[in-house]
Amino acid sequence: MNDWVEACAAEEIDEEDVMRFDHGGRTFAIYRSPDDEFFATDGLCTHEKIHLADGLVMDDIIECPKHNGRFNYKTGAAKGAPACVNLKTYPVKVDAGKVLVQIG
Amino acid sequence: MTAAPSRRDYSLIGRDAKLAVENGLSAAEWYHTDVSRKQMKELMQRSDGPAIRDTAIWIAALVVSGAGAAWFWGTWWCVPFFFVYGVLYGSSTDSRWHECGHGTAFRTQWMNDAVYQVACFMIMRNPVTWRWSHTRHHTDTIIVGRDPEISVMRPPDLVRAILGFVGVLDAWHAMSDMLRNAAGNISAAEKTFIPQQEQPRAIRVARIWTAIYAVTIALALYSGSFLPLMLVGLPRLYGAWHHVMVGLLQHGGLADNVTDHRLNSRTLYMNPVSRFIYWNMNYHVEHHMFPMVPYHALPKLHELIKHDLPAPTPSILAGYREMIPVFLRQLRNEDYFLKRELPPTARPYREEFHNDAVAAAAE
Repeated sequence: MNDWVEACAAEEIDEEDVMRFDHGGRTFAIYRSPDDEFFATDGLCTHEKIHLADGLVMDDIIECPKHNGRFNYKTGAAKGAPACVNLKTYPVKVDAGKVLVQIG
Repeated sequence: MTAAPSRRDYSLIGRDAKLAVENGLSAAEWYHTDVSRKQMKELMQRSDGPAIRDTAIWIAALVVSGAGAAWFWGTWWCVPFFFVYGVLYGSSTDSRWHECGHGTAFRTQWMNDAVYQVACFMIMRNPVTWRWSHTRHHTDTIIVGRDPEISVMRPPDLVRAILGFVGVLDAWHAMSDMLRNAAGNISAAEKTFIPQQEQPRAIRVARIWTAIYAVTIALALYSGSFLPLMLVGLPRLYGAWHHVMVGLLQHGGLADNVTDHRLNSRTLYMNPVSRFIYWNMNYHVEHHMFPMVPYHALPKLHELIKHDLPAPTPSILAGYREMIPVFLRQLRNEDYFLKRELPPTARPYREEFHNDAVAAAAE
């Protein structure tokens, strides 16, 4: 269950943005930071199960589109109400222009 | 002016609260107008500039009007200064609390937090309690038994609504809640939307505020003058009229228990002074549909999606002309509401979700 799964092409995500990725009945959010690094978290806000991929990326923060709860998408840490429970994060690597996520 | 007891149970721990959860009205998926990711990203972008400018004007106007009121205290010349100071203190803080609570006014978070705390004190809303109540308002907008911020329930209590313009009942409840929280008591209703780990913070803020009001009252007694209370506390009463005037229009007379903000929220046009005081919350359908968009970008969002929304109400006066007859009719039939008509370019309401409500509107 520790396989690397191809999520998308790196070029599909703008810098300082996020994209939704569904796999195996689960949903994830893939991020590209302003300094061109890639990260992945669970795709739904821990507050009310809203897709974070519709939210706003600012520096290290993803803000939920429904209630503006904030998380550090690099660590998963909840950073602002109403987000109180941390997001699960997943290892990411880029190989041959593809973003791969290790879904445990 | 009074009506029969409501069939609706607005209690957050009552019958309709349970029903809303059981029938899927709570935490439901809401209608959104299609907006491309590129356009939405542009609209959501945060900036400190507009809010710093508006906050500087707001603080300067507060200081000048407050100083003028104090300078002319004891003469009729203080009245216009208190008029301005009161609106800035008791009304414009409603929108500052709101926007900074969403975290959208400024890009820099500590600026949102600072203005949020000051505005909460002035508008007498515990910053912890109201952050969470407003979260629920956005999850379950005008869902009976779930939304703690329904300002006019059905059938409407018009005496209460009118008293709101001078803030009497709001201030009374705010002071009661503050003292209760300061005594360490979080009510059963508050516990339904404030997470347990946040409750001590609500108590701490209530204690700080109680101390500030105690000092203000002591100062008034010591100086033998009402002036300290006219500057701290009482403006929430004599300056409340503007935020109540525009706030009632947000949802007043429109549908409840629906999952489409076009049916239960009202966008209207208003004069630039009111829009400054209100921080563009007159674009209320847009705000509820896309709460990530900062107040200064709402006019642009409105232009982008207005083809899919009911025609905006053209003015505050027009808003009252359409809302008051609905309130009066709801005294006899609480199920009656104003159904907002969509333009031909809009995607239709999903009537299968709103059959009961639509039938009532057709009464």
